[in-house]
Amino acid sequence: MSKINELFRKKIAVVNFGIESFYQDQVSQGNTAVHIDWKPIAGGDKKVAAKLMQLKEPSLLEKITAANQEALKRILAARPVLVGMGIAGELIPGMTEKTILHAGPPVTWDRMCAPQRGAVMGGLIYEGLAKDLKEAEALAASGEITFDPCHHHHTVGPMSGVVTYHMPVWHIVNKAFNYDAFCTLNEGLGKVLRFGACDQEVIDRLRRMEKEYYPVYREALERHGEIDMKVMIAQALQMGDECHNRNKAATSLLIREIAADIYRTNFPLDQQEAALRFLNNNDHTFLNLSMPVCKSTMDPIFGIPYCTVVATMARNGTDFGIRVAGLGEDQWFTAPAEYVKGLFFPGFSEEDANPDLGDSCITETTGIGGFCMAASPAIVQFVGGQVQDAVNYSTRMFEITVGEGNAYKIPTLDFRGSATGIDVMKVIETGIRPIINTGIAHKDYGVGQVGAGLVNPPEDCFKKAIVACADAWA
Amino acid sequence: MKKLEVRKNAYYDSVTLMTISKEVKKLDGVREALVGMGTDLNRDLVVSTGLKTDEFDAVTSNDFFIAAECESEEVFDAVVKKVDELLTKKSEKSKSDYFPPTLDGALRIEPDINVAIISVPGRFAAGVAQDCLNHGVNVMLFSDNVTLEEEKALKEYAVSKELLMMGPDCGTAMINGVPLAFANVIRHGDIGMVSASGTGSQEVSTIIDQLGCGISQMLGTGGRDLKKDIGGLMMKQCLDALIHDDETKIITLVSKPPAAEVAAEILKQAAEGGKPTVVCFIGGDPKLIEQYGLIPAVSLEDAAHKAVALSRGQTPVVFDSFDMGRENAEKFAKQETDKMAPGQKYVRGLYTGGTICDEAMKLMIGDLGHIYSNIPLSPEDRLENARKGPSKQDTFLDFGDDEFTVGRPHPMIDPSLRAERVVDEAKDPEVAIIQVDCVIGYGSHPDPAADLSDSIRQARELAQAEGRYLSVVATICGTDADPQGKAASRKKLEDAGAIVLPSNAQATRFTQLMLKNLRG
Repeated sequence: MSKINELFRKKIAVVNFGIESFYQDQVSQGNTAVHIDWKPIAGGDKKVAAKLMQLKEPSLLEKITAANQEALKRILAARPVLVGMGIAGELIPGMTEKTILHAGPPVTWDRMCAPQRGAVMGGLIYEGLAKDLKEAEALAASGEITFDPCHHHHTVGPMSGVVTYHMPVWHIVNKAFNYDAFCTLNEGLGKVLRFGACDQEVIDRLRRMEKEYYPVYREALERHGEIDMKVMIAQALQMGDECHNRNKAATSLLIREIAADIYRTNFPLDQQEAALRFLNNNDHTFLNLSMPVCKSTMDPIFGIPYCTVVATMARNGTDFGIRVAGLGEDQWFTAPAEYVKGLFFPGFSEEDANPDLGDSCITETTGIGGFCMAASPAIVQFVGGQVQDAVNYSTRMFEITVGEGNAYKIPTLDFRGSATGIDVMKVIETGIRPIINTGIAHKDYGVGQVGAGLVNPPEDCFKKAIVACADAWA
Repeated sequence: MKKLEVRKNAYYDSVTLMTISKEVKKLDGVREALVGMGTDLNRDLVVSTGLKTDEFDAVTSNDFFIAAECESEEVFDAVVKKVDELLTKKSEKSKSDYFPPTLDGALRIEPDINVAIISVPGRFAAGVAQDCLNHGVNVMLFSDNVTLEEEKALKEYAVSKELLMMGPDCGTAMINGVPLAFANVIRHGDIGMVSASGTGSQEVSTIIDQLGCGISQMLGTGGRDLKKDIGGLMMKQCLDALIHDDETKIITLVSKPPAAEVAAEILKQAAEGGKPTVVCFIGGDPKLIEQYGLIPAVSLEDAAHKAVALSRGQTPVVFDSFDMGRENAEKFAKQETDKMAPGQKYVRGLYTGGTICDEAMKLMIGDLGHIYSNIPLSPEDRLENARKGPSKQDTFLDFGDDEFTVGRPHPMIDPSLRAERVVDEAKDPEVAIIQVDCVIGYGSHPDPAADLSDSIRQARELAQAEGRYLSVVATICGTDADPQGKAASRKKLEDAGAIVLPSNAQATRFTQLMLKNLRG
């Protein structure tokens, strides 16, 4: 019997693309029907849609599906732990005294956005390589300084993401894959280096972090031993954080974990207190831990052949860049970074904003941050005020991911694991772009943070990636 | 003042936007308004409606725009507010249903999905259809503007996987009793149908139902399937399925006359299938069909009558008369024409259904010689600029043809353009008869007879005020079980003064009788 004759014996179940009344007609007759909230693939770009179809050729799709499952397996198997702290130049591979790491995909000095330039200049002064901004600017432009993305050095940096040789860094190891990741200490909010501020106050703070606080943390962590970061993030998600734009709970959990050890270090009590207060006074302390945790979770998926999962999303304030696991670490797919939509601090407006900036969206890449917005009703004001909006953002992300998390779960979604493993193919097919919670830097250096809100990666990043996937494998 | 608002990379489906355009135009102080995506089509529309501003050049096909000419800024703000209100109203209404963005998402909700109805814009349709076929889902593709190459590739793939690939431009089917898109509520029976035409299927199936018989399966192929390029791939596939379907005892095939070699293959297959088969190649030569031992039909109605006769084990005979009897019809026609003023001599056919419009012309062309149309029977009878320009002598218009559907839903969904035209035609002192169809059933407008009867009333009053008598001949394609109800629709039209005939063929024959009276 032909399949059509078999169909004649089945209950008809309809899927409807297009005119919604055809769906309503089925529903009114009590028939099984699903309506598709259809949008043209790749926003109507036929060339890109054709590339997607090439990848969906059944035998290739089978390989891709298997590869993406492997990627999901590795992401979920990650065991990130905080092993300690050290100095960037000593721990980060490929670091030299004249290397400056920055956020996002590769960018040259002349294309760098102002906040990132400000941070670079501040970094050069902090390192003693320049005595003032003028000298710093000349040095940065001279070609003597090596600029390289943090992401190329097992490192991530929020906002400008500037890392210089002597900065202290958190050291995370993903024990399941023996993979290291690093991130600087978070400086706090307001006028800080990562937002491009670079005056004496900023430099002085960086020095205190290096000379006063860091030695305390390092010793405390040595006393304490490794800390399981996955468990800490999982707990924070149940306490109202999404670990990108809200890190209050996770920061508290970290302090609870190491406070006693700080007290037992051999430093003067004043120094211990200052170090502890520095962690405690900054709600975003934990951001610089959740980021390398995510970095160490995602990088082990590089090199899985045929894998279309996004391993990296990052921005340098000029470009947004993504990297795809199956295409390797050397290929960035970039497009101009978009502006963040959100709330501005009093006295600032959209006019003051720099385009999207920083490596912090590695959290969304891993399935937290914006993907867990529903877990964080407190930051819901950035999404228009309603809790339902946050729930919807998180729910929609399941349409573009390979699977769901096993540790990072969302209470308001009945403890469903968060959407995990962004699939380039699904982004192109659905037109749904990943949602990112993020801060907004002032477009001029030296000012700092002016707001926070939501942003998406540009669609072009995904279009370029899908074309490269098809060209490589189809 | 003209004003434009653009929203980058926002997509809304065109039907929603067309409805919204219509709504905002009703606001006070709005002279013209267009809400849409920046497609080539809409860009042209913006120019032709005089809404173009300099900023409009930057709008791309991925952008959503609101263009309006209004009295003031305040009015434009009101337009924008209304648009947002209407756009969000939709999402609130559908909040209870989760609409996934892709087939994969749909299959997670309902793994047993086996038929896809696709009505997305033509340039995207083949991709969506192929994706469905890849998942083993049968396709009914209502979209048009799909290329022949795409159609062929889709159908070849579908045939290789034993799947249905109905369309493009297929609006009607009924599988296992479930009406899909534009279809009527038809009782179950033993007549299986394959049709290359949507309203053709509706006309045949509703008459079969009216005659007391029923349909086993009603499959569609889309209008181009029997062209040489496609070679009847889907007609053959469907025919094969009906031949092997135990519930189907009688087969009925409906199409415009196919390419000769394709016709031969189909007829041979049907003959070898061994089931009694009625073939209606609308306006085609019956001899070829008879050569294969199959039963030709002279009209869609005749096809239904013959299929019903076969289903009842009777010998099929040609039906080309009237349910009321020929004599009564002639008497009635004379009563109508006697009331007309001198100089009234032409018919204007205004149709929402393409195939039945074509059928009406084919049934009459022998008498009339020339029928001017946007879907003419011969090229020299093409009516240029049919949408904006005047009709000419005897004119039949298909409001579902491209020229009329630019920027609008199909006239079976939104019959307002046709309704306006009914009134316009009444102003022409040479017009004697307006012939219209009224297609009901699922997919169609919730009450097409209401709109139509208003304009019939207006048209007749207008003619009367100028000392003429306008005869309006109507046919309703539908059944009493349809949501709109055939009897209820009929009452509305008759109350407005229309003469409602039981089929398109009878309506046409009735018009012929009147024209004969008028022209001798």
